[in-house]
Amino acid sequence: MSELDINDKVSEMLKKSEHNSAAAECYEKTFVRPEDEEREVIAPDGSIIKVNPIYDYFSGKKPTEEKPCRGVVEKFLNWARAESIWVLGFGTGCGSIEIPPLMTPRFDAFRFGVQMRPTPRQSNAFIISGYLSVKTLKRVIRSYEQMPSPKYILALGSCTINGGMYYDSYSTINRLDKYLPVDVYIAGCMPRPEALLAGFMKLKELIKDGKAEKANEYARNFDEYKANQKKIIKDWNMPDYNW
Amino acid sequence: MKEILDKIQAKYNLQDIAIQDNDQAYVTVGKDLAIDMVTYMRDYEGFSHFVMMSCVDWIEDDKLQLLYLLNSPEKKCNIGIKVFIERNKPTMQTAHHLWKQIWTYQRELREAFGIDFPGSPRVEENFVLEGWTDMPHMLRDFDTNKYAEETYFPREGRKTYDPATYMREKLYPKQPVTAKKNKDDE
Amino acid sequence: MSKLFNLKPDRSKYPSMGADGKLDIDLTSQKYVKMWLGPNHPGVTGNMAVELTLAGDEIVEAKTHVGYLHRGFEKLIERRLFVQGFPTSIRMCVAEPDTNEYLIARSTEVLSGYDKDVPEMAQWLRALSLEMARLQGLLRGVPGQAGTFSLGIGVQWGVYLRDLILDRFEELTGARVYHMYIIPGGVRGLLPDGFKKRMEENLKEIDDFIIRIRQLMFHNSIFKKRSVGIGVIPKEWVDQYGIVGTNARASGVKRDVRKDNPYLIYDQLDFDPPTATEGDIYARSWVRWQELIQTVDLIRQIMAKMPEKGDIRATNMPNVLHWRIPKGETYTKLESGRGEYGMYYVTDGSSKPRRVNLRGPSYTHAIALLEKMLVNTNVADVHATMVSLQTCPPEIER
Repeated sequence: MSELDINDKVSEMLKKSEHNSAAAECYEKTFVRPEDEEREVIAPDGSIIKVNPIYDYFSGKKPTEEKPCRGVVEKFLNWARAESIWVLGFGTGCGSIEIPPLMTPRFDAFRFGVQMRPTPRQSNAFIISGYLSVKTLKRVIRSYEQMPSPKYILALGSCTINGGMYYDSYSTINRLDKYLPVDVYIAGCMPRPEALLAGFMKLKELIKDGKAEKANEYARNFDEYKANQKKIIKDWNMPDYNW
Repeated sequence: MKEILDKIQAKYNLQDIAIQDNDQAYVTVGKDLAIDMVTYMRDYEGFSHFVMMSCVDWIEDDKLQLLYLLNSPEKKCNIGIKVFIERNKPTMQTAHHLWKQIWTYQRELREAFGIDFPGSPRVEENFVLEGWTDMPHMLRDFDTNKYAEETYFPREGRKTYDPATYMREKLYPKQPVTAKKNKDDE
Repeated sequence: MSKLFNLKPDRSKYPSMGADGKLDIDLTSQKYVKMWLGPNHPGVTGNMAVELTLAGDEIVEAKTHVGYLHRGFEKLIERRLFVQGFPTSIRMCVAEPDTNEYLIARSTEVLSGYDKDVPEMAQWLRALSLEMARLQGLLRGVPGQAGTFSLGIGVQWGVYLRDLILDRFEELTGARVYHMYIIPGGVRGLLPDGFKKRMEENLKEIDDFIIRIRQLMFHNSIFKKRSVGIGVIPKEWVDQYGIVGTNARASGVKRDVRKDNPYLIYDQLDFDPPTATEGDIYARSWVRWQELIQTVDLIRQIMAKMPEKGDIRATNMPNVLHWRIPKGETYTKLESGRGEYGMYYVTDGSSKPRRVNLRGPSYTHAIALLEKMLVNTNVADVHATMVSLQTCPPEIER
């Protein structure tokens, strides 16, 4: 594998795939940290290879839609997905103070099949608890895109609907569904744990009816969502699609 | 409290001494003698606990006011040392050698108000904002509502079900609304 | 025996010191790994990131990154009227919201001159709600330390009991988490009927919990092995770094705002802040457990000594919607569950505040102190250290 110019391979891949070509220009304009620049590294066999840490070498793809199966199989799969919703344990804002009461025996959510998982690779629901500052939005997008499809988003609180009481802040976003697709909104400030359980019930109904399809909508309108996200996140130093 | 201030009044040319009854005092010092006075209070008068460093923007006087708030654990009182610096390209002598947490405050003030502290470690790193290209966000001429409306999607206005408003819109739709607001509401 | 255990490990691959005693970190030399203990992590308190540089298992350099919860509070409060700042400012510290209410109420009262008009019943009620807020913060914090070593049963007990206290808050104020009970001039309402009886039942369950937690944490060899002698704060650092609260008291420096500068009715209550001398994680957990016992005792004292009836609001306050406060500044402070919590408030004669600056105790603990404490420690001890300092990110970046 010596004398393999990985950068050339990447640029070939970029030209061939449906990758957003604006990514390459974006890379030049953004805020690149010293450890993210291209550098030369000594490989274990002694040769020197060039490495570009930002380009994830397999990320030339865009997200794809997951077509549902037919008939009884899809009903069975929907039942299985609805009865075991594993939530990513990322407390993004104020609302995460009502998540521990949800998981303890008083408002037990485990009896509905809801668990908290530490990594996005093993979860299929994401609770966005409240406001999102721009810095957290970048990490949330990365985590959301790393979750395997089908995936659902529950938006907690009034800050995700229209900005809440931080509507005039320079650092929080106003409307979450312009940046990420939302399945269920749970209103309140803060919503009680019973309201969260009602939200989970509604999500289960939607899944069993086959209507929780927002992850597919994200794949269909990917360019639009990406343009909105890149407009506010100015230091975009990660691949366009983080799977 | 009063004795300490009387003792050093002549040496540091203190102005605007204000002593509040719950053991607080605020004094104003010139920019050159400020760090000197803070060091003196720490070493000789027992104000060994540093509480916070803050800044206020007095845009109408074209000045920024820095505040060093010190606390004495034995005497159980606070003293606030105020320094006025100019608003255009502000700089101030660094105090990070006195206490070990001051470099954080200086880093935050540089991002929020634009005050430069030459020599402070890691002062040009971001503190709370990433990818910020606009002016320092805590200055009074930064309009956060306008920025939020332009960058993030604006929030639609509130809908009211108040009967007086409904009847007014129905019977007199063309007349301008003169609501009874405060005179100084911007 | 020495073939089984390597008693003198080869330190030549560990970082070398430069000429001035500083570590010589060269990231391209393949001796160091940079790891980001980021916001999405079950062991981090809240939404904070620590960027670690590791050499093997040992941390060589640590940098704290905050700002994931930044909402620009201080800028927002400048755009609102004095009384509109209340719901906005409560959300600055999510773990114990009543402390912010008290600070803003007191600052506006002091600056407008009405602080002597707050009636006595209102002061007792304010102290009661502050102590209840402290209790629910401690019920999450004391077993939380065991939770970092996977002794999760304490967290389940603690969160259940915290729910009972939140029920009492709901009776008193109407909401579980954000109460808006303390307003300029007094409080919003009296205690409902039967409140003291129900509170006493809850406190009995908490007494039971205290004994069981002691068995779980302090008589447990796993807990002791991972906490004794780790994360030590020497006594000299307390003034150098500005450490306040439990972290200072566990190193032998007895500082408590309720005793030094008494506010509300704390000079009529009988209590003594606990201290310890070693300053490691075990000592901090022990001091926090003692504070839990003390807080329960304080609530019992307040409910016993409180007057039966009284005014709850000052009667000569002006209409708060058309309020203008003359030019002035003040610094108000109180003792929250984590340490000295203060607010610097400046007004300029108009109907909106000029500057509100909050000083949370985690400002120094999470950035300057943590970066110093994590050097030359094992990666496995990062969470234990961070949780034992009780850092709460929302109050750092407001």
